[in-house]
Amino acid sequence: MKILAIDTSNRPLSVAVLDNDHLLAETRLTTHRKHAEFLMPVIEDLIQKSDLLPNDLNRIVVASGPGSYTGIRMATTAAKTLASTLDIELVTVSSLLTLALNISEPGVLINPIFDARNQNMFTGLYQLKNGTMTSIISDQHTNINDWLAKLTDVNQPIMIVGDTAPFSEAFLKQFGDSLRVADELTAVPNAARLGLYGSQLSPVKDIDAVVPRYLRLTKAEADWQKLHPNEDTRNYVEKI
Amino acid sequence: MAKDLILSFETSCDETSVAVIENGDTILSNIVATQIKSHQRFGGVVPEVASRHHIEQITSCINDALTQAKVTYSDLSAVAVTYGPGLVGALLIGVTAAKAVAWAHHLPLIPVNHLAGHIYAARLVEPIEFPAMALVVSGGHTELVYMPKENRFEIIGETRDDAAGEAYDKIGRVLGINYPAGKQVDEMAHKGHDTFHFPRAMDQDDNFDFSFSGLKTAFINTVHHADQIHETLNKDDLAASFQQAVIDVLADKTKRALQDYPVKQLILGGGVAANKGLRNRLEKELQAFPKTSLELVPLSLCGDNAAMIGAAGEMLYRHRVFTNATLNADPSLEFEWIKEPATN
Ligand SMILES: [Zn+2]
Repeated sequence: MKILAIDTSNRPLSVAVLDNDHLLAETRLTTHRKHAEFLMPVIEDLIQKSDLLPNDLNRIVVASGPGSYTGIRMATTAAKTLASTLDIELVTVSSLLTLALNISEPGVLINPIFDARNQNMFTGLYQLKNGTMTSIISDQHTNINDWLAKLTDVNQPIMIVGDTAPFSEAFLKQFGDSLRVADELTAVPNAARLGLYGSQLSPVKDIDAVVPRYLRLTKAEADWQKLHPNEDTRNYVEKI
Repeated sequence: MAKDLILSFETSCDETSVAVIENGDTILSNIVATQIKSHQRFGGVVPEVASRHHIEQITSCINDALTQAKVTYSDLSAVAVTYGPGLVGALLIGVTAAKAVAWAHHLPLIPVNHLAGHIYAARLVEPIEFPAMALVVSGGHTELVYMPKENRFEIIGETRDDAAGEAYDKIGRVLGINYPAGKQVDEMAHKGHDTFHFPRAMDQDDNFDFSFSGLKTAFINTVHHADQIHETLNKDDLAASFQQAVIDVLADKTKRALQDYPVKQLILGGGVAANKGLRNRLEKELQAFPKTSLELVPLSLCGDNAAMIGAAGEMLYRHRVFTNATLNADPSLEFEWIKEPATN
């Protein structure tokens, strides 16, 4: 199975091509945020260097969020359009889980973090169990205090990875010596690992329905929903 | 002659649209998923909401466009896409999807200016004869564009502030009409009379530029003043007076542009081109220009749609104007100016 894996959830861009569990080619960039300009050229380049043609691909694996709204839309649009137009399989994976895949120590609780400004974060809790990255607390948009309150029962080593700087002090206060902070290289997502993980999952049934995992309504929609709690939101877009 | 089949994409604002166009002038399919209902909740387009809707719709629109046109990817000659101007997050969905399709099927990729689309929509009715002039009027634009030949666009005048369609939406709000207000204001205007004589800004100036913010302010002040003294104004007359002021300026400037730039065709395009008052008035004005024919973009193609992008894209395809996978959205893309724009 030839797999194309894509992650542009935040500043780093990571794309990989795999043949089952063999890595054929990979690119990781952290130097810019021009995913719109670089994503398709990087995909073209890697497929070419893998001696493949687009229709040799069998599966796309995409980190579909949470993350920067534009970033997760770039990756998800490219992934769902490629899967649809090539008529191949599509697998979506949490961008937080993708980051957790960089840490392959069984037993350790892995806490990936994307900064959402003003002490807010996208985060979740993961653990490697029987060789599989497993969700312990589901991905969410939250603030540091609410999140730490959810971790009060944790009494085993915990490792934070990602945008740790704004939050490490608060974590340290709660966990002391049992806190570990992953280094910067570990905080760059690895599309090869994403592709390998995604090769084990069953593909989505309805590619057209795939959307990024924003985990957060837009402000306009959140305000609207407060005023109209029971409104049916399904038919806002119609083909004319 | 072999058929040119172009798969075209348009996602610059609040319509997700994909079309298949044959030889630049025949619509095989034109799928439009409109988000109007969603944005009506907020009284206008919310960019982040628009981007989210585009990604929900994009692949189903592609599949519908191919199915309805009864073609497959192997029949296609090229992919065309709007890359500006527009909302950057919205544009990026179409640009990314178009690049993915072009790469997957080894097709050339054609970058299209959204305004060229509004103008070349006229091709879908009748061939464009050059030199031509276009008046593009929409929620985001009010421009006079001179076209000496194929694929050449020169702005000779544009709005200094609000676009005409934007002014319609703003005064519509004052009249209690939800966005987009153009159609309803047009209907009310036909029932009322120009009794308020709002200012015709820049009408006498020696240029082809427009300004609608003074008109909008005069309108709002009139209504607020009446509210304060508990006077009820006739809404149809208000709409008629507003519309008359807009149309007078658009028609006068266009007439003078045609005097300075003799052309074979005047094309009226863009969302506000659906306005009946404007269409009627230009028809009347054109009687003084027997060598210029008026090309009204059909009502069904005045709003944003991918068919017009295919029509403009095919003109570029003929001249082999292609781009590559590095194409990015350009939210403030502009045609070039024929002369230095007047400083504001
Ligand atoms: Zn438009």
